[in-house]
Formats: sequence, C-alpha cells, structure tokens
Amino acid sequence: MITTPRFNRRSFIIGSAAAGAGLALGLKIPFGATVVRAQDGSPEINAWVVIRPDDTVVIRVARSEMGQGTITGLAQMVAEELECDWSKVTTEYPTPGQSVARKRVWGDFSTGGSRGIRTSQEYVRQGGAVARQMLIQAAANGWSVPASECSAANSVITHKPTGRTTTYGKVAEAAAKLTPPDAKSIALKDPKDWKLIGKSVKRLDTVDKVTGAQVYGADLKLPGMLNAAIKDSPVFGGKVKSFEADKVKGMPGVKHVLPVGDSAVAVVADTWWEAKTALDALPIVWDEGPNAQVSSATIAEMLKQGLDAPQAFVRNQNGDAKATLAGATKKVEAVYAYPFQNHAPMEPMNATAKYTADHCEVWVPTQNGEAAFAATLAASGLPADKCEVYKINLGGGFGRRGAFHDYVTQAVLIAKQIPGTPVKLLWTREEDMTHGRYHPVMQSKLVGALDSSGNLTALHLRLSGQSILAAVFPQNLQDGRDNLAFQGLDPTGDFAFGYTIPNLLIDHAMRNTHVPPGFWRGVNINQNAIFVECFMDELAKAAGQDPLEFRRKLMTKHPKHLAVLNAVADRAGWSMPKPQGVHRGLAQMMAFGSYVAACAEISVKAGNKIDIHRIICATDPGYAVNPAQIERQIAGSFVYGLSALFMEECTVKDGRIEQTNFHNYDSMRIAHMPKVESIVMPSGGFWGGVGEPTICVAAPAVLNAYAAATGKRIRTFPLKNHGLQMV
Amino acid sequence: MARMTINGKTTEVTVNPSTPLLWAIREQVGLTGTKYGCGVAQCGACTVHIDGKAVRSCIMPVAAAEGKQVTTIEGLASGGTLHKVQQAWIDYQVPQCGYCQAGMIMAVAALLKDKPKPTDADIDGTITNICRCGTFQQVREAIHAAAKA
Repeated sequence: MITTPRFNRRSFIIGSAAAGAGLALGLKIPFGATVVRAQDGSPEINAWVVIRPDDTVVIRVARSEMGQGTITGLAQMVAEELECDWSKVTTEYPTPGQSVARKRVWGDFSTGGSRGIRTSQEYVRQGGAVARQMLIQAAANGWSVPASECSAANSVITHKPTGRTTTYGKVAEAAAKLTPPDAKSIALKDPKDWKLIGKSVKRLDTVDKVTGAQVYGADLKLPGMLNAAIKDSPVFGGKVKSFEADKVKGMPGVKHVLPVGDSAVAVVADTWWEAKTALDALPIVWDEGPNAQVSSATIAEMLKQGLDAPQAFVRNQNGDAKATLAGATKKVEAVYAYPFQNHAPMEPMNATAKYTADHCEVWVPTQNGEAAFAATLAASGLPADKCEVYKINLGGGFGRRGAFHDYVTQAVLIAKQIPGTPVKLLWTREEDMTHGRYHPVMQSKLVGALDSSGNLTALHLRLSGQSILAAVFPQNLQDGRDNLAFQGLDPTGDFAFGYTIPNLLIDHAMRNTHVPPGFWRGVNINQNAIFVECFMDELAKAAGQDPLEFRRKLMTKHPKHLAVLNAVADRAGWSMPKPQGVHRGLAQMMAFGSYVAACAEISVKAGNKIDIHRIICATDPGYAVNPAQIERQIAGSFVYGLSALFMEECTVKDGRIEQTNFHNYDSMRIAHMPKVESIVMPSGGFWGGVGEPTICVAAPAVLNAYAAATGKRIRTFPLKNHGLQMV
Repeated sequence: MARMTINGKTTEVTVNPSTPLLWAIREQVGLTGTKYGCGVAQCGACTVHIDGKAVRSCIMPVAAAEGKQVTTIEGLASGGTLHKVQQAWIDYQVPQCGYCQAGMIMAVAALLKDKPKPTDADIDGTITNICRCGTFQQVREAIHAAAKA
C-alpha cells in the first residue's frame, strides 16, 4: 500500500503526547537495547527508515511536498540505497519539534530554491545505505554468518552461499537494536548502477488527490475547533485605529472579535463562512500611515533614478565596460521594467493553532516546518520544548509559504486569546492578493558596444530595484549587497552568467519600497532572464546577426549553457525554413544549479493575439531523479511564467495593492496552453534544481519570437498592458 | 434549512439559506474535497455537479440547491471503482499540488457526460479552471484518454 504524509487523528494524538520528547518514542525492551519506535510501534532502523512487520517501508522526508514531487524523489533516493521493494514504500513527515529534540537529525526542512533534492541527496542516500547495512547485519547475525556473505534486493536478504532468505520486515526489530555504522564507511552506488533514481516511477501522492481524500491545511478539522477570518491593514505598515465589535457580535455563529497584533482584526466564529460574513460587516478604521502616499508611479520614478545613479553594488565585472562603452562607435541601449507579482497559490494562506499556558501546537501547510516552528515560538512566547508544528499538505507554495509565516503568527496570536480552543485561520483570496510577499519590482538599463564586425565588446547591465534579502534576511547581505538580485548573472556558481564578454559590468542600485518582497518561484531569474536574453536579441539585430550565432560566439567557454541552447535549436530546426507565419525565439540561463534553454514558436494574429504553438525546453540538472515529473514541472513552470508575462501585475495605489482576486489578477487556462516539449538531458557530476530554473526562459523566448514576428520589442510587462493576448 | 441529495444521500443542511453551497458542503456536511480558491467563480476549485451539470458552488446559495442532486468529488467514484476521469488522472499523473484537481475533475466529468468525445476546442471552451501548478498539458492528455476509456 502506498500512502502519503497526511494529517490523521492518530498522528495528532500520539504526536501531541510525544512533542518535546520526539515523536519516535524511546522504549526500553527487556534485553537492554533501546529501540526507537514510530508512532505505530514499528521499529525505526534509523531516522530515515521505519520498517513494519509486513515489510512496509516508511521513509521519512523532511522537505515539504507542494506539488513539485519532492516526496517521491527523495523516497526514490533513500529506497535506491535501501534496496527495498518500491511497491511497499510509504512516506511520512517528521515534525520540527522532533527535529529539535533529535539535534536536527533530518537536516534542513526548508523547501525552496529548488533545493529539496539537490542539497539533501547525499545524506538521504546515506540514510538508506546505513539502514540497508543494519538490516543485512541483523539477518547475518541471525544466521551466524558474516554480513559480507549476504546481499539485499527488493526487501529480501539472501545469504549467498546457502541461498537462505529473509525479509526486511522479519529482521527489522533486530536491526533496530544495532549500532548504526558510520555513514561515511559505506560507499554509495555509482550512478550507473541506479535502478530507481532516474526512473519515472509514479508519484506516491496521487490517489488521494483525485478522490478528494487529501487533507490540505484549509481542510483541517479538530474537535472543538473554531474558525477565523482576518483583515490586515490594507496599506503595508498601517495599523488598526479602531473597530466596532459590538456591531457584529450578535451575528450568527460569532464568538469573538479580536485584535491581532496592532495591524489586523479577526472574527472567530463556529464556521468560517460566518466569520467571514461578520468580518465583512465589521467597521474598521485604519491608521494608514505615510505609506498611503505611495503609488506605482512613485515607485517607478524611484527605480528610474537608480538606472543612472553613480552608486551601485557590483557583482560581476571584467575589463572596463564603462570606458569601452564611452569610446564605442556603435552602442545599443534599452531599459526594461518588471512589475510586482503575487504567488496566488490555489490554497489561500491558513494555519490552525491551539494554545494553552504551557503548550502551543500549530498545523500548517508550510514549505519550511522549522521556520513555522520559529514563528510559533515567537508568537506564543513559549520555549521549543513546549511547542510543536505539524506540517499538512500544501495547495501550492511557489515561495509564499517558505520564508514567511505571517499567517502562523496571526493564528497563534488569535489562539492565545482563546486558550484551549483550536482555531483555524483561513485567509480570503482578497486577503491573499493584497497581503502577499511580492515578486520584487525591478528595472534594468542595458548598454552594449558593438565593434565594426558586430562583436559585442562591452556590456553594462544595471539593475535598479528591490532587494528581497534586505527585507527578509538582511543578515545575508554581503557588505550591503544582495547577491540574490544577480541570479543568472553571477561570475560563477549555481547562477553563472553564460556569456564571455571582454568588458562587462553588472551592478545593482538597490531601491527598496514599502511593498514587502518575497521569493516568487524562480525569484530574480524571471526578470534577469528577460533583461539579458531579450537584449541579446536586440544586440544581434543591431549587429545584423542571427540570434543563435550571435550567442554561440559568446558561449564558447560555457559548454553546458551552450549544450542546452543547441539542444532546443536543433529540436526546433532553427536553421531550417519555418512554416508560413511562424516565428521563433530563443533564451538560455543557468539557475539553481541547472542549465536551461527554450525555443518558442509563435504566430501573431490580428496584430495583438499571440498564439504560442510550441515551446521546446531543455534542461541539464546534472541528474534526473524522475524524468516524467521533471517534464511536468517544466510544463507547469511555463504556465506560471507565461501567466506572469501576459497577465499578472500588482499595482500600487494609495499605498495598497489594487488587485484583489483572479478577475483582475488572471492566470492561464487550458485554452492558452502551448505544447511543451521537454528535453531532459542530465550530464552527470552535479546536482541542479528542477522546480524553478525553467520558468525563466519561457518569457524571453516568447518575447524574442514576438519581436521576430513584428519587429516590435516589448520592454515593460505584463503584455496585457500593450493590448497583447494569449490565444 | 435546505434539503438536497448529496452523493446519493438525502441531506438536510441547517444553515442560513444565503450561505454558499460550497461552505455548506464543507462546513455543515463535512465534505472537504470541494475547495475554496477564490469565492467569485473564477477558479473553479469549488466545482460540483448539480443534477449532472458542473456548477461553481462558491457563488450558489445553498437554497438554490433545494431538492437537487448534488455530487461532489467524494461521490464521483461508484463503490470501489474510480470514475474514468479519476483513473485517467492517475494514469497520466496529472496532479501536482492537487488542490484544484477536484474541481478540475468534476468539470471534466461533466464535459464527458455532455460530449463523450470532446475535441480540443470543446475542452478549451469548457474547462476554464485555474491551476497554478500548470497541469494543463497532462489534463488535456488525460481527458482524451478518459474519452477513449
């Protein structure tokens, strides 16, 4: 049987009892050895693997599943080394409280930055390998033979000389008593010997998603639970001046009308609909503060000033770009601008909290259980051994539910005012749209110099706009510089710039706004890919060269960047004649450790209707754990990226976000969906991410195709502002 | 109070008649497979069948379902057998986060009842649910597969 991590009452009860001590209960058995047991009493081989007597293998996964396939991928990696029967694999989440109690044995819980697999792949494979060794040793001990004479496959251990066999379920109890070998003493498999990694096995979490059985955070029910709806200050940084609770206290189901911090008000009722109805009727007066003067126009003007500001943080430079540009005979210059955007995951923000004087529990769909735990500690004022967080399935994350747990803070602050009563806080879509952690707003001025042969001799790329780190993790700034702002433009590393230009300057004039920025799927590669890849086409055009050939000349020292670009060009037949009316555009980028490229094929109808026939996408993530899932993430990333390109912008008026729901913050439908052809081409030797990298190449590929079709270069977004539509 | 048949069972829902059917189903009846995504009939996560037709339940007052046959995602399978759309969703590995998929599946099941062999144009014109994970490529494949099943 295959099940997925899901909330159930049993895990709640036992988990609650064990909070602080850790969920897996240390249980003394008569022979003196300590077996750590899972909640159902099955022996834990090590932190990663629990085996039940019926041979079911429970693999613990610390990272969060939000649709991207991490749970299945990580289970594949553990199971590869464990040599277990994949058909008997199930998974569960350890809790953050258990992690703290067990000295972070599961490592990082954070699920963002396309890191779920690439930064935990080694230790989860070691976890599987150690468990396998212990199971083999236990069988060998039982037979009184050397472990070296035994092997394991498909959850069966065989003593090779005699042919005797036993199963993991039968020796699990004995294996759990053994001292684990040092993980470093066990060689991990050579990738060429992988049987499960690299295979498109079906996801472990599909069935409940098609029957309605899967419980998301918004679906949670606890005994005696009340429901809360909330309104935070419409202007970021504003406060509640007053509210008239008496006007709604008599409404059906209403139990409490409560301040939440100094900026929000919540209504708590028997049902959420009653809470929301009363909240809508509640008169609230806001102290909006000075931010109420800010608008999109004032923000754009501030960023514009940064485009030519003398001071900027330099991230990537060689030669002397400024001098070369000053003396250039042919210069190309362009200014681009990228808007605020909201994550808008389908499940609105929510969290459920129960507070008593000496205990606080939170149930929340989160990309980072430990960050949710930290928010719980801070809001409750209780120490770590008196708090616990239970992760529930996420109805999408996209970065909104990773670094930010404002909804957890709110839920705990509400629950603190009603001790002993669990309260589920669910945001309206309107609250979600107007209280996001938005894709940062950014402008870019690019100036390039071409010599008489059309060679690019200098490039200055100036970014001007918001820093996520300055707002969210200021401790991660380096001498004030936000290195994340340069994703895809770095000299080396996971976000390495793919072009060699003799004189290069890439810098950032940081211009922060009162609108809170966040990590939005792909983060800063979304705009950086547009700036660089569209400008490359602008330069190629000015040089009178083919965009592919123009790029290739600059990419000879970047073979992996070039390989994915060549792959999409070859598949598209770049050098071959195109069908009548069809135009192509290219883009490439390195991001989150993976090399990605796209070729879009479009036609433009009636002047403003863009029909994207096909986008070919190539990715080299080093290793491809589950190729079918990678293909789905690529296609899905294009929906997210193209929705943003064509439809999505959060504008600011009177200090607040104007867009309130999907009617004015739209998202692609199936009718808009282009055919996406994926080329998954892992070259080995490194681990790159999957969920985010490809998102950034869809937009510039389409924009370059549009420019090829019409001669028009669009430099501000979304495209709806230019009257352009997807058809 | 409103009386209706939900997933084959006569059900009396004791709630203010202006309450949206979605919230009556989720909070009074206790079936949470039907999702809240927008509350303004934009996203389709709340899609259920009323007398066999796909309806966005977030803007339909519960009173309007009086006497009707309501089917939610929990009632789509018959006995232990999944509906062919659900099966196709598994076979083609459609769901990513899955939150929108109950509504998507209900919309597709109603489409196939109406048009057993839908064209791509039929799909484009009828299936207007939002999926932020972007499963549309697999949704289309799975619809055509279910139509052949």
